[in-house]
Amino acid sequence: MADTRPISSQSQSAEEPAKTVPFRGGGFVVKPLGVIAPLVFVVIIALWELGSQTGFISGLVLPSPSESFEAFRQLFDSGLLFVHLSASLQRIVIGWTVGSTLGIIVGLMIGLSSVARAGLAPLVSAIFPIPKIALLPLFIIWFGIGEGSKVATILFGTFFPTVITTYGGVDNVDRNLIRMGQSFGLSWMSIVRKIILPGALPAILSGCRISGSIAIILLVAAEMIGAEFGIGAYILMAGSLFATDQLIAGVAILSVMGLCFAWVIGRAEKYFLNWRT
Amino acid sequence: MDLHLQKLSHDYGKLAVLRDIELEVRSREIVCIVGPSGCGKSTLLRLVGGLEQPTRGQVMQIGEPPAGCLNPLTYIFQDFALLPWRSVKGNISLVLEDRGLGRGEAEEIITDVLRRTKLSDFADAWPRQLSGGMKQRVAVARALAVKPAVMLMDEPLSALDSQTRELLMDDLVELWLTEGFTAVYVTHNLAEAVRLGHKIVVLSRRPGRVREMVSIDIPLDQRKNHVKELDDKQKLLWSMLRDEAMAADQELLDG
Repeated sequence: MADTRPISSQSQSAEEPAKTVPFRGGGFVVKPLGVIAPLVFVVIIALWELGSQTGFISGLVLPSPSESFEAFRQLFDSGLLFVHLSASLQRIVIGWTVGSTLGIIVGLMIGLSSVARAGLAPLVSAIFPIPKIALLPLFIIWFGIGEGSKVATILFGTFFPTVITTYGGVDNVDRNLIRMGQSFGLSWMSIVRKIILPGALPAILSGCRISGSIAIILLVAAEMIGAEFGIGAYILMAGSLFATDQLIAGVAILSVMGLCFAWVIGRAEKYFLNWRT
Repeated sequence: MDLHLQKLSHDYGKLAVLRDIELEVRSREIVCIVGPSGCGKSTLLRLVGGLEQPTRGQVMQIGEPPAGCLNPLTYIFQDFALLPWRSVKGNISLVLEDRGLGRGEAEEIITDVLRRTKLSDFADAWPRQLSGGMKQRVAVARALAVKPAVMLMDEPLSALDSQTRELLMDDLVELWLTEGFTAVYVTHNLAEAVRLGHKIVVLSRRPGRVREMVSIDIPLDQRKNHVKELDDKQKLLWSMLRDEAMAADQELLDG
């Protein structure tokens, strides 16, 4: 079909083969598919149960979901679930709340004051990577074997990441907005409250997501040392008795705690960041 | 209230940005500042409004700002600088909140400026819902709310497409005819300068000096009927700027 006729004069000629331009965009676009997430869970648990029932998965290797659920039901019936859960929740709520609040305050100080930044930022960077669980013996000496050391572990563990995300958030607030505030003669306090804090809030909230998970991890670790009650203590006990069904039940409770926390943060983001799309 | 810039010079470290700027801004006058990119136009505007301190020289306020003026020197920024977490109304109320005004009084001012900028229907919209032109209208409304003595406009139309720019220019002319505001208007667009400026200051390339001062006597509302004269002025300005712009373009930025 290739000849030397100019294209312009032959644009609609019948002999030329015509076809639509193939679509090649798309992909890389995340679409919300609400049904898939629960479906994945259901399918995995169903396969796992099937494997246990048929003997493909030995009960010694992994207890079946129904056994684990049975262990959970026993825990519930004995009334110990609430004892464990309330002990854990109390520790995590106090530790996380105090740690995050202090972290936001110190993060704001580092973000807003050159003196605080010069003095505290290197300190934070130096202490942040230390696994707080390694300091637990020290915390026990300082704060006692009881609640103090466990709350302190969670508090320290959530404090440092919150500091870092908060001052990162403050640094990322649009300088032009701050200059605008100054040019209209707003007070320092107003600029912080109405421009810097809302501007840093997305970063602070995503920091909360991370510190929440860290809090759960540290909770279990702290409760494995010298705690009578708590989900971590329950899991440790189950582990030392090789009661794997109880162990799975305990781990599932932690997982649900994490999901609940993520849901709460998600609601907070929807509420506070409703100005975003 | 008039402004007098006296021997204004500014350096960033070793880099000389502005040299001996001498300029008077009279009440009810729009002074346009044009110059090649990087000549310190925006720096000059920041010095005028007190957002930066000049290395040498000073900016003098001559006379008192008019009664009821809340923020004598008020900026309008190129990137609008609206808070995305506040509605149109909230963005305007932001600049009234520290002034000790009663709720009713602030509400009155907001309603008034929204009406004057034809934004009354958009009071509760979020900035993200607005087009660029509408955002800049909100910024103009916000500036009007503090009853400025002098508006400092930093390339206010440069982030907009040419059609929106045309519309907003008409709005500014209309606003000037009804209110007679005073403004220092920085732009790199010569068409804007000849449409809005009573006085046009041409800066040289860095370090910026006043190279030329051009006055246009045609009243703002009649400029659309004097296309020829404006065109000549624009060509004149371009002939002054051309060599400066070319030289500025070929400079290394950190040289």
